[in-house]
Amino acid sequence: MLKEDLIRLRYKYVPDHIVGELLAKRWMDNAIPFAALIIAIVIFGSLVPGFFSWGNLADYSRQFAELGLVVLALAIVMLSGGIDLSVGSTFALGVLLSIIGMNALDWGFGLTLVAVIGLGVVLGAINGVLIGYLRLRAFLTTLVTLITFRSIYDLVYPNFSTAIATGMPDSPMWDLLGYGDLFGIPASFYVIVVVAAAWHIVLSRMRPGWRLTAVGGARRSAHNAGINVRRTVCITYIWSGVLCTLAGFLNAARLSTAGTDVGIGLEIAALTAVVLGGNSLGGGRGSVAKAVIGTIIVLILTNGLISLSVPGPVNSLVLGSVLISAVFVDVRWMKNRHKLLNKVYVSPTYYKLPQAQSTKPGSGSPYALNDKLKDVGAIGLGVIEGAEDMILDRNDNLYCGNRHGDIMRWFAPDYTRHEIFAHVGGQPLGFAIDKDDNINVCIGGMGLYKVTQDREIIKLSDETNRSLFSVVDDSRLRLADDLDIAPDGRIFFSEATTRFEMHEWPVDALESRGNGRIICYDPKTGKSHTEIPNLIFPNGICMCHDGQSLLFAETWGCTVQRYWFDGPKKGQSEVLIADAPGYPDNINRASDGTYWLAFVGMRSPALDLALTMPGFRRRMARRCAPDAWMYPNLNTGLVIKFNEKGEVLESLWDLGGQKHPMITSIREHKGVLYLGGIYNNRIGTYQIPGADPNWCAVDTYWGAKA
Amino acid sequence: MATKLKLTQEGVVFVLAALLFVGFSLVLDRFLTVGNIIALVQSVSILGILSLGMAFVVIGRGIDLAMVATMVVAVAWGLVLSRSGLPLGAALLLGAGFVVLIGILTGIIVAYAEIPAIFTTLAMGSIVYGIGRTFFFQIDVQNTPVGYAWFDFLGRGTMGGVPVPVFAFACVALVVFLMLRYTRFGRFVYATGDNPLAARVTGVPTRVVMVAQYVITGLIAYLAGIVMAANVSGMNTRIYNSTMIYDVLLVVVLGGIGLSGGRGGVRNVLVGTALVGILLNGMTILNIGYTAQNLIKSVILLGAIVIDTLINPRDEQTAQQGDI
Repeated sequence: MLKEDLIRLRYKYVPDHIVGELLAKRWMDNAIPFAALIIAIVIFGSLVPGFFSWGNLADYSRQFAELGLVVLALAIVMLSGGIDLSVGSTFALGVLLSIIGMNALDWGFGLTLVAVIGLGVVLGAINGVLIGYLRLRAFLTTLVTLITFRSIYDLVYPNFSTAIATGMPDSPMWDLLGYGDLFGIPASFYVIVVVAAAWHIVLSRMRPGWRLTAVGGARRSAHNAGINVRRTVCITYIWSGVLCTLAGFLNAARLSTAGTDVGIGLEIAALTAVVLGGNSLGGGRGSVAKAVIGTIIVLILTNGLISLSVPGPVNSLVLGSVLISAVFVDVRWMKNRHKLLNKVYVSPTYYKLPQAQSTKPGSGSPYALNDKLKDVGAIGLGVIEGAEDMILDRNDNLYCGNRHGDIMRWFAPDYTRHEIFAHVGGQPLGFAIDKDDNINVCIGGMGLYKVTQDREIIKLSDETNRSLFSVVDDSRLRLADDLDIAPDGRIFFSEATTRFEMHEWPVDALESRGNGRIICYDPKTGKSHTEIPNLIFPNGICMCHDGQSLLFAETWGCTVQRYWFDGPKKGQSEVLIADAPGYPDNINRASDGTYWLAFVGMRSPALDLALTMPGFRRRMARRCAPDAWMYPNLNTGLVIKFNEKGEVLESLWDLGGQKHPMITSIREHKGVLYLGGIYNNRIGTYQIPGADPNWCAVDTYWGAKA
Repeated sequence: MATKLKLTQEGVVFVLAALLFVGFSLVLDRFLTVGNIIALVQSVSILGILSLGMAFVVIGRGIDLAMVATMVVAVAWGLVLSRSGLPLGAALLLGAGFVVLIGILTGIIVAYAEIPAIFTTLAMGSIVYGIGRTFFFQIDVQNTPVGYAWFDFLGRGTMGGVPVPVFAFACVALVVFLMLRYTRFGRFVYATGDNPLAARVTGVPTRVVMVAQYVITGLIAYLAGIVMAANVSGMNTRIYNSTMIYDVLLVVVLGGIGLSGGRGGVRNVLVGTALVGILLNGMTILNIGYTAQNLIKSVILLGAIVIDTLINPRDEQTAQQGDI
């Protein structure tokens, strides 16, 4: 038993699931480039004398400002799915105009800056209009403009070379930008910091940035979603032009001159930096942080090699090898990341279920097998698809959901006619009627909604407070499952799991960790908060008759618990049923003051044993295909009746599983028990012997209507 | 508006080339002479050979930005070896071996490691040049050894009044044409370029085809380099830093071979080369400076691409993702 205790402790205190969640984070993309950056700093920091000296760092930061702007320009264009090979030539023209404006024509600092930015707009707009509006191929077009802009540079430069060499601009701003410091930090460094921060906010937090990423990620979808793809693409090139000429301005201020070779090969250095940082060539994946990391690596590499007085050709050998290995890692990472994630995401933990009660016929157990559900009637046979839950209103009409995202209404008294009451867009998983006869519904993947009798659909809540220390943002609702309404109007609803999507709900059984929670929505404030965290697939919820407590079922935890949300025992909970032979689902009130409970499936000794062997389940999840995994047995239907003491009073089985192999919900109404199943094609009706033929559940909540 | 005349990019470029040809013939009295036409073809034959190699790999949905680097380094190495005592033929064979090696390496990285060809070859370019400058030679310009008549003949000889480089261009064009059109390998190249996944599923050994592509392209570039070295009696390795590789690409793409692969053929290269050749020749006769020539060339190229796009617009719904 010691071994089992060790396993239990290990899985209690070692949070394996964090690994998968970390891998799922977007910023994990940056991990490899960042590691490369650290390695580069360590290597060159130890090889290059005076690497960390203030003067060297200041020199680096000035160069970083220039290269960084160009890399940022290229990264923005590549993020939107294009490429701009003309960055080097644009940069060169920016340098040339700055130096002409300052040295030859004496425009002064302000006018030169405006002219340089204007030049960037014009050059960028040439690319942008051609590629964005005329739909030319980016690679080819910018290749041609690379030559065009370069030729213009070569034509203009000789006419001004003497004026450039002899001119002496008298501008303190120019000098400050070129070689001055502000608070000990080079002035040009502030420029790149401001620009990078602004772009980071635009790309990650603002709509224009999202549109840009959307266009790069899926051009066609972006077009169909109503994004003006042409304009978006055009604007990225204009920004590229502006950032490149701005970089040229900084370069001109730093060096106060221009050579014939300025900006030659810059596009390759920038491309290396962009890809090294982890921005992908196809577009849609990239960030400012990636661009910055890539820039720093390239800068350290090139400068480091120069200061180690490595000859130029070796330098290009190293740079080329670095580019290939960077792209190699990037390609492999992109290709295998989701495979890796799939392998490590399912992270089982230790859970020991108590011995289940016997279900042998004649054993005297309350769960003893019978076949009472053999002859149940059916509503909507073949029309209903996946009614996980259903509810009846005061007029005896029956509402149920289906997998197409509708709420269907079946009309009393014979339930042969139906209509689509409302299309909510997701599969309804739980219903409750409030005191104004509105249908409150939990919709898988969407959250908590209210549908009025006028069929108006109102979103009540799709989020809760984010829990402390959560790696993945768990504030959005993934799988709102069942709900009930307290006398004061507060709605308590369960979210079965925060780690899996709705269709993967059986996979959560493999983990058997407390991934779910019960959330309380307060209509007074319109806000939700998590009431009980870390439950093992909480599912059914039902208000007790005292108005201070509720019953809830943990499906994979195989328990039914009572929780007090008000009154003297507020915040306490008590386990009512812990040794059930199956997996409990929805709970609802019965006419005699007790409760009905549906079982979605039956426990099996093999899976019970596997739950105490997390390593075994982990190996299974990694090595077997999902359809070969062990899953809970979902082929036997059971409904029980129990009271608030946790005593099981009656059980109803469908032994053959002909009609209800899997019961997810039950609802008593006027002497009839209605049965629903998430994979069933009907709603069953069972005449309850001796039940009150006039009992209506809605009345027990809100009183009979006059 | 049911017009039967559907102009392709190749058509546009052809018309443009023809217009320029007629225009130059009318304006320049020295343009339309046999001597000048031969000079015209000769001046673009090396560019043409390189473009044939590039076309080959582009049809297979690749790109080889390392062509110029491979050419420069391998030929220069061959020249160095021959001056150090090896017979020129053997030295050039060694150079060819180096080209094959680089081609295989590039192909493996592209085909098996699945790194985009544009990055692989961009990086391979600087790696190859780095290797050359570090291990093979230190001086930028390598002269041809004296005393090899057959070698000089390759670059400067004539056959029936036609310079040998022009013959070389024609031969390479013919070989590439036959290979692409009539061999199983050629069809595999088209299939790989058109849809690599479908080709692979159908049973085409796409990875082997891709490796072979880079080897063949490298060898074609090497041949261009030999002709070039023979023509000017030496190899200036600084060509690697020029815009030559862009010129090559432009010829290929202008001719109408899409960068997305699977389309085009030798005819497209010939048309592209013709346009560039006529342009360069005409401007040289007009005595326009090198820089201004570049400017005019690029603006005309841009115009050709714009006209093509206007005639055959790309549809938002069918545009391929990542097809830049």
